[in-house]
Amino acid sequence: MESYLVAMLVFAGLYALMALGLNVIWGLAGMVNLGLVGFFAVGAYASALLTTKQFWPMPLGWAAGAAVAAAAGAVMAVIVARLRGDYLAIVTLGFAEVIRLVASNEIWLTNGTDGISGIPGPWRGAVTPQQFNLIFLGIVWAAVALAFLLCARVSHSPFGRVLRAVREDQDVAAVAGKPVLWFKVRAFCLGAAVVGFAGALYAHYNAYIAPDGFAPLLTIYIVLALTAGGVGAMRGAIIGALVVVLLLEGTRFLAQAIPGVTPVQKAALRESIIALSLILLLRFRPQGLIPERTRTKARP
Amino acid sequence: MTAPLLEVRGLVRRFGGVVALDGLDLAVRRGTVTALIGPNGAGKSTAFQCISGVIRPDEGRVTFDGQDITGARPDRVTRAGLVRSFQIARGIPRLTVLENLLLYGQDQPGEAVGRAILGGAAVRRREEALRAKAAEVAARLNLTRVLDNLASDLSGGQKKLMEIGRALMASPRLLLLDEPVAGVNPTLAAEIARHIAHLRDEGMTVLVVEHHMDFVASLCDPVIVMAEGKLLAQGAFEDVANDARVQEAYMGRRAHA
Repeated sequence: MESYLVAMLVFAGLYALMALGLNVIWGLAGMVNLGLVGFFAVGAYASALLTTKQFWPMPLGWAAGAAVAAAAGAVMAVIVARLRGDYLAIVTLGFAEVIRLVASNEIWLTNGTDGISGIPGPWRGAVTPQQFNLIFLGIVWAAVALAFLLCARVSHSPFGRVLRAVREDQDVAAVAGKPVLWFKVRAFCLGAAVVGFAGALYAHYNAYIAPDGFAPLLTIYIVLALTAGGVGAMRGAIIGALVVVLLLEGTRFLAQAIPGVTPVQKAALRESIIALSLILLLRFRPQGLIPERTRTKARP
Repeated sequence: MTAPLLEVRGLVRRFGGVVALDGLDLAVRRGTVTALIGPNGAGKSTAFQCISGVIRPDEGRVTFDGQDITGARPDRVTRAGLVRSFQIARGIPRLTVLENLLLYGQDQPGEAVGRAILGGAAVRRREEALRAKAAEVAARLNLTRVLDNLASDLSGGQKKLMEIGRALMASPRLLLLDEPVAGVNPTLAAEIARHIAHLRDEGMTVLVVEHHMDFVASLCDPVIVMAEGKLLAQGAFEDVANDARVQEAYMGRRAHA
């Protein structure tokens, strides 16, 4: 039970990292990005390949995961420069699927659907599995803290102000003298880097990655986390990730506790509870748990 | 006589089969409040869009202060010193009035990612300077009390004032105002006219698109009349108002029975 809780907290941390990344791209700059899991996969594969095949040290591999994902984000931003809303959602969703299909088929590089195993983890083998989980828990949440500080500073800086303006009305942002595309590219890079870093951590935590692990459902979870937490607020991204993991996992126990239903009904009940909670949350608190607030005040 | 601040030559813009601009020529002299008027569909808004870079013209040339800005991106046009306002006050709704004003400030090093994260004295100094300027602009336009309000919470008239204020934040040499008093009560319209007259007296050049003829008559000289995508007439308000071609464009041809 204890190691289960620790594992769930590690995943909550990874979700929080992804939600922070998405919050820069979608929350601040207003670009719908349903290709999140694609950047997560790019980061995971980059770090896994560099550390297993090129024997790079792990921290370098993680940095490379973030850097490669950022580069993919920059390319993506230029491709979708003129797209908005639904069309942006379709293209980014397609991007994630392309990444998954490439990972399945370019066997020479990714070992196809068999995946990559034996990815090293910090002090794995030297300590007990429980200790390893705890070490990783520390690493992941330290990364969340760092990413949070970084994203919060960006959000409340003049750069963040321009991103919010691009989100609301890009013609106005352009007339305000801001090169809109350049701002979009940088927002995409920054967000994708955080998501790619989360992917790299995931690969080294799990020790094994395969294309199956990067299905679109994960993107949906993160979008839910951010919507529940509050789009645009960095604290909201972290709270939202915790809420989503609590909902996903907590409902397992809740459904088990209901007497007189078959296991199949229990599974269905669990999903109903998740759906109902999110619908209620969005009905009664559409701005999310933590609404966006400005720190730029004329009168303090 | 010095060269005009803004010179437009042979501007053409088509939307499919519709010719919105059909070889427009106009010039704006320094230190004037020039009006651009004409019946609906004359191409005034399209001319504004093309001059400010929001859409690209198909043909023609736009010269601002000797610099060719034809088809330049809107952010470049703004940085060249030509700033436009929007017709429907397009405030950034979820930013406060202060943030809307600061957004139009130029040369903020904190708009680079690294500087945004690390901060530093240069970012802070520039932010202080922009805040001081925003306070000045807000005081001039009676917006001081609402600086911390979200732009979406402003009244229609306040949105119009903020629209002008934002443009002023970019220190323009030519201000393009798109219907600054449309839908505004007469008292506020007169106030906005006074603000614009003050700006002119301080040496700014303004080009205004407006349908309120009282406003145009009291404030603008010269007046440029457009019809069917072309220049129709220009001169003092009295002269163009008495011009038979202008009356015809607005009212239609008189039927002689």
